[in-house]
Amino acid sequence: MIAFAVRGWTAPLVVLVVMLALVVWAGVFRRYLPYLAATALLLVSIMLVNTFLYPDATDVLFSVGPFNATGTGLTAASQAALRVLAFATSVALFALTTRTDELVDDLERRGLGRRASFIIQTAIGTVPRLTERAREITESQRSRGLNTEGGLLARVRGLVPLAGPLVLSSLTEVEQRTMALEARAFTAPGKRTVLRAYPDSGAQRALRWLLFLGTIGLVAAELAGLLAWLP
Amino acid sequence: MSIILDDVTYAYAGTSKPVLRGVSLNIEPGKVLGVVGANGAGKSTLCLCAVGIAPVAIGGKMSGQVTVDGTTTAGAAIHELAQRVGVLFQESQTQLVSGAPSVWEEIAFGPRNLSLPHDEVVTRTWAAIDALSLVDIVERDPHRLSGGQAQLVALAAVLALGPRYLVLDEPTSQLDPLGTKLVGRTLARAARETGVGVLIVEHKTDLLAQHCDEVAVISAGTIVAHGPAMEVLGSESLPDWGVAPPAAVSLRRAAGAAGLDWGEAWT
Repeated sequence: MIAFAVRGWTAPLVVLVVMLALVVWAGVFRRYLPYLAATALLLVSIMLVNTFLYPDATDVLFSVGPFNATGTGLTAASQAALRVLAFATSVALFALTTRTDELVDDLERRGLGRRASFIIQTAIGTVPRLTERAREITESQRSRGLNTEGGLLARVRGLVPLAGPLVLSSLTEVEQRTMALEARAFTAPGKRTVLRAYPDSGAQRALRWLLFLGTIGLVAAELAGLLAWLP
Repeated sequence: MSIILDDVTYAYAGTSKPVLRGVSLNIEPGKVLGVVGANGAGKSTLCLCAVGIAPVAIGGKMSGQVTVDGTTTAGAAIHELAQRVGVLFQESQTQLVSGAPSVWEEIAFGPRNLSLPHDEVVTRTWAAIDALSLVDIVERDPHRLSGGQAQLVALAAVLALGPRYLVLDEPTSQLDPLGTKLVGRTLARAARETGVGVLIVEHKTDLLAQHCDEVAVISAGTIVAHGPAMEVLGSESLPDWGVAPPAAVSLRRAAGAAGLDWGEAWT
């Protein structure tokens, strides 16, 4: 939020540096790299579009065919890319250091409803389950002679017979899972028993409040023009 | 006090042909009732009706009546029935629904839903784990289990709900002989020691012969035989209903055909 709300270079740069330091400190830098790679396409497109197509910019740096790269565009592109990178790094840090079940448990302890927590947990678990199912169907079809490898055309052709069984089996499973949920008292009234409470020290609580109030303060200061001196 | 199916006829939603026709059965506390029949005979549908999921949750048309301890399932909420009747479906993997990261938490899912005190949840979960010897896999991801392990975990999850009745649809279909014996012993112990009433649908007639008090044979949606396990499973008509007799019965018949005297007993 700070990276996007405060204008200029300073805020996104500080956020990015802090996030990268935390990534290294948490020992997840190697696992962070795929997240970085996933953002690369977006970053490149932001750089190209802003650098070459920034509206009303006249300070041309160089030209590529009919397109002019401008200094104004390059500055805006770099700042936008920095903000996106800072945001993506903070999301990656969160994903790499927080276990879904622990997050959901804690949210539930703080009053999140059983349906909402179930949806969060299931939504996250659905992707690997569907991937696994797709692999099973592909293997099954391959064993019956369907060509699912080779050139691009063969792979695209292989997707057609995969889609039907994947969608149909998923829909069938929904009914079975609904019955199973009913049978395991999921719709029973009342608050579910919370299995464990996670440590939450006074220092942690103070830090959370500090971050929250600090963010609000920075945004307010930006809106009031008090941060105009920042580069 | 029991689950009573009284002249139950049931057709799934969107179909007119009944899958069950005039079925009457009684699942009594402390007793194990086995149901056996060919594929498509209506065994799984019988389970769904016995626990109230059909027609309450999945629709369809039912005549006759199912009561659990005197309460008709037609008007009851499924989560209320779930506290009294535990059900294990045929597809055990789709029954592992909690999204939990470990087998332990998967089994604890039901007791947690019942808002039981924390200690009670822990006690019930460990009791179910111990009963089915799952202690070695409590930390495993429930979605990365073998078929047999998933079946045992699904059964443990049902046991942890602490129901007064168990309705089990082929609970040993993916289990090896050791796992099958373990399930048989666990169910028999639950019936004997805690007074749980068990309805078990199975193809493995040896298991039924060993642990059931009564056995019913279902064919084309109708109960065609019902009585003491030894009597029904010793019936000459069993193969006509698409059911393989227990090994001991087959052996006795083979011995008889060879002119050997096997005596009266077959188990």
